[in-house]
Amino acid sequence: MSEEITGAEIILKSLSEQGVEVVFGYPGGAVLPIYDTLFKQNSIRHILVRQEGGAIHAAEGYARSTGKVGVVLVTSGPGATNVVTGLTDAMMDSVPIVCITGQVPQHLIGSDAFQECDTTGITRPCTKHNYLIKDANKLSYVFHEAFEIASNGRPGPVLIDVPKDVQFAKGIYEEKNKIKIPSHRLFEPKIKTKSNQLLEATKLIAKSKKPIFYIGGGCINSGPEASKLVTELVEMVEAPATMTLMGLGVLASSHKNSLGMLGMHGMYEANMAMHECDVMINIGARFDDRVTGRLDAFSPNSKKIHIDIDESNINKTISVDFPIVGDVKLVAKEMINIWKENNLSLDKSSLKKWWEKINTWKKIDCLQYSNVTKNIKPQYAIQRLYELTKDKKTFITTEVGQHQMWAAQYYKFEQPNRWLTSGGLGTMGYGFPAAIGAQVANPESLVIDIAGDASILMNIQEMSTAIQYRLPVKIFILNNQYMGMVRQWQELLHGGRYSESYTDSLPDFVKLAESYKAIGLRAKNSDELDTVIEEMISNDKTVIADIWVDNDENCFPMIQSGSAHNEMLLNKNQTQDKKSAEKGKVLV
Amino acid sequence: MNKSVYETPEKISEIKSHILTVLVDNEPGVLAKVIGMFSGRGYNIDSLNVAEVSDDDHLSRITIVTQGTTEVVNQIEKQLLRIVPVHSVTNLDQEGSAVEAEVALVNIKADTNDKKRIFQICDFYRARKIENENNSIIFEIAGASDRINSFIKEINEISKIEIVRSGPVAISTITKEQEG
Repeated sequence: MSEEITGAEIILKSLSEQGVEVVFGYPGGAVLPIYDTLFKQNSIRHILVRQEGGAIHAAEGYARSTGKVGVVLVTSGPGATNVVTGLTDAMMDSVPIVCITGQVPQHLIGSDAFQECDTTGITRPCTKHNYLIKDANKLSYVFHEAFEIASNGRPGPVLIDVPKDVQFAKGIYEEKNKIKIPSHRLFEPKIKTKSNQLLEATKLIAKSKKPIFYIGGGCINSGPEASKLVTELVEMVEAPATMTLMGLGVLASSHKNSLGMLGMHGMYEANMAMHECDVMINIGARFDDRVTGRLDAFSPNSKKIHIDIDESNINKTISVDFPIVGDVKLVAKEMINIWKENNLSLDKSSLKKWWEKINTWKKIDCLQYSNVTKNIKPQYAIQRLYELTKDKKTFITTEVGQHQMWAAQYYKFEQPNRWLTSGGLGTMGYGFPAAIGAQVANPESLVIDIAGDASILMNIQEMSTAIQYRLPVKIFILNNQYMGMVRQWQELLHGGRYSESYTDSLPDFVKLAESYKAIGLRAKNSDELDTVIEEMISNDKTVIADIWVDNDENCFPMIQSGSAHNEMLLNKNQTQDKKSAEKGKVLV
Repeated sequence: MNKSVYETPEKISEIKSHILTVLVDNEPGVLAKVIGMFSGRGYNIDSLNVAEVSDDDHLSRITIVTQGTTEVVNQIEKQLLRIVPVHSVTNLDQEGSAVEAEVALVNIKADTNDKKRIFQICDFYRARKIENENNSIIFEIAGASDRINSFIKEINEISKIEIVRSGPVAISTITKEQEG
């Protein structure tokens, strides 16, 4: 019989066996035994954040940039409630996270003890699964299962709540390979390799005249292999392909078949092609409302194939003709095989016509903007940032708002896992801690948080973390002194009444950087922009680059809420029709 | 079906009552996870019934009566399957043949003048007297919910009563293997 060790030791041993190298956390009363054990070992590195919210976004950044599970360790009560936003974010964007929270000792549970809260109750809807452990002997099973659940099928956050007495109690450690997880607790692939459905779907693509691939974040979660296979599939069919915000990087931006991003601030040609296609192949996307626009006018004449690992996404908002539940890389591989085996191909002349039509939409050049003054246009700032960083191994994270959309539109992603953004939940304050996590995982790479002046203030305290661990993260603030996207909606839908969207009393970001002993840079006009970017990149310290951009620039093109894919606004001079505007106003 | 912020383009099928039986690991929080999914995603529970069905494997069966279009109920089933401790979800209305039963306990004031009539009704509905003291008579009635409804309606016309109902449980008449 194995030797008994403490619960805290079992936890650390489980993490080690799971290959965990880094834990993002913040100590407190209810996790002291774990921190004590952490102190006595060297295999796991702990990154001390400045607020628990930062820890979970950092773990998300770590996970998204590596494909590994991100690990968070926080205390009970406020420690646990502070990670709720990040858990929800990870749930929406399918990020594998294991979050360990301390809990008051079992005999105090339910007594409103100091720093007690019902952590499993609060986090139930925002985790893939959660546990409250009452017995140290169950710790190793739960930890090994938690890692499996977090990364298996559609990934997501798993929370383990460990009362303090369980951390002290003795128990037996069980190794990973001794543990058998019942199959119903994990995702079971439902596609049969020779399934008729897959064959029919592939044949349907071959018969199409106006096909389009609609590629989502599921392709990234399926691993780098999936991106390669999806690219191969796209090339084989010779069809146009568009990507969601979460799917950017699956198909290289420079690929001739790529139409760029689709959706609310997507490319005109991508949305028009989605509207007019006859066969849509959705791979790992979920028909999000930012993507579909008005549902009753969504791609009205197409047959739809939907490949998703999560069956609940099938027919949730859009009914599809060919649902395929499975892992993208397996399905894509099988489709490629079927295509080759059956010698399938599209009718060349109709495909040519389809591409000609797409090229006329491309000619609209929907990303054009007027760049005549000395003021820095935010779009221009991103374009320059891209040009000056494209040859390096660069990771881009963002906060949420206009700057996020401009980054998605003007920064060109050639590879998966290089673009980390909060898509589903839209969490302001995500980008900076996520950049910290990505930098910890990729110490030699360039990690840039493209931020807005409002968003960056939501987790600015993490400057201290970046400095402590000498993480050379670059914060590139598009500073327009507004919550830009809120201001834009107020301009378009609320008569230009800018209620509370102007950020008065912004800090001097250069001095703020300096106060943390980081580097602060500023560009006030377009002449200074390149110098600032170059200096930012070449400096090996944490840098805040405060880029003063045009205050009232809006993010275009845009499908306003209540409109359809073929009703895009290309610039300020176009407006949504009144009826759709009234309907759209009440939506999100 | 449509949980998007936009109006639905689809033809909506008729709203119907459905009985779902959910086989789960009997572990802490599992019931909260199941019912939390209903409230969190805006579905309704008309009745709910939970009990352990296999002591050895720690399995419980949750029987839920819900209402919705076919599309909504399909979505409910898929959302239930996402919950880690859920083994299986069966929609008994789509299984073809299933039997359902419910238990109700009815407390009738003993001093009522229409005792004879009440006993006649109870006889007719095969309600069983299980308690007769402290000035009250308690009947137990089991069977299809419709039958219990009409029993209660008839008794209610005569006397003031207090009722507890279990909500229906149901089982498929098709024998399945490998299930608890």
